Amino acid sequence: MKIQTQITDKLTSTFTPDVLDVINESHMHSGPAMESHFKVVIVSDAFNGKRLIGRHRLVNECLAKELAEDIHALAMHTYTPEEWVERKDSVPLSPNCLGGSKKA
Amino acid sequence: MSTETIEKIKQQIAENPIIVYMKGSPKLPSCGFSAQSAQVLMNCGEPFAYVDILQNPDIRAELPKYANWPTFPQLWVEGELIGGCDIMLEMFQQGELQTLIAETAAKYKDEEAESTDAE
Repeated sequence: MKIQTQITDKLTSTFTPDVLDVINESHMHSGPAMESHFKVVIVSDAFNGKRLIGRHRLVNECLAKELAEDIHALAMHTYTPEEWVERKDSVPLSPNCLGGSKKA
Repeated sequence: MSTETIEKIKQQIAENPIIVYMKGSPKLPSCGFSAQSAQVLMNCGEPFAYVDILQNPDIRAELPKYANWPTFPQLWVEGELIGGCDIMLEMFQQGELQTLIAETAAKYKDEEAESTDAE
């Protein structure tokens, strides 16, 4: 199964999100991997009352296998439904890779 | 886990109230996420410590397990993991990071001043 599909399936079943966007950003990075860098945007009630670190830990736990084996970087934007409305659907951009770690 | 490395990490986060584990250095970062993180930290206007994990493979291997956090960069304030790049950026946009860093820096400046007075 494609990693992108795998991530989408896992996040969907764990968080039953209102909004879920799994974006493959591997093209922005150095190296040959086609599915190495992802950004996820999740809007879910599961994040209510949780600080950012708690939310990110939940996502990390959900994708522990992928993070250990496949994914090199995972940008995460986690919102509650109320926060999402306040943000007016805007999400910060991920940086381009500088490629330094590949050379080291 | 290597206990020697864990002890080293514990000592670093105990001795440095604001410390970031990153790829490269703040002036010469080796990863886009580390670069963004160092940038927002520098924008907070207080000195902070950093460890280049590319130069410290033992820390790179052990810290994710110790922190229960799989990726770098990692910002630690007063011995507590605050988060990675996305969390730092999000907190910065909300003004929370500036407050946290300023309050922490002020607190330790006070303590330094007190210990100097005592001498």
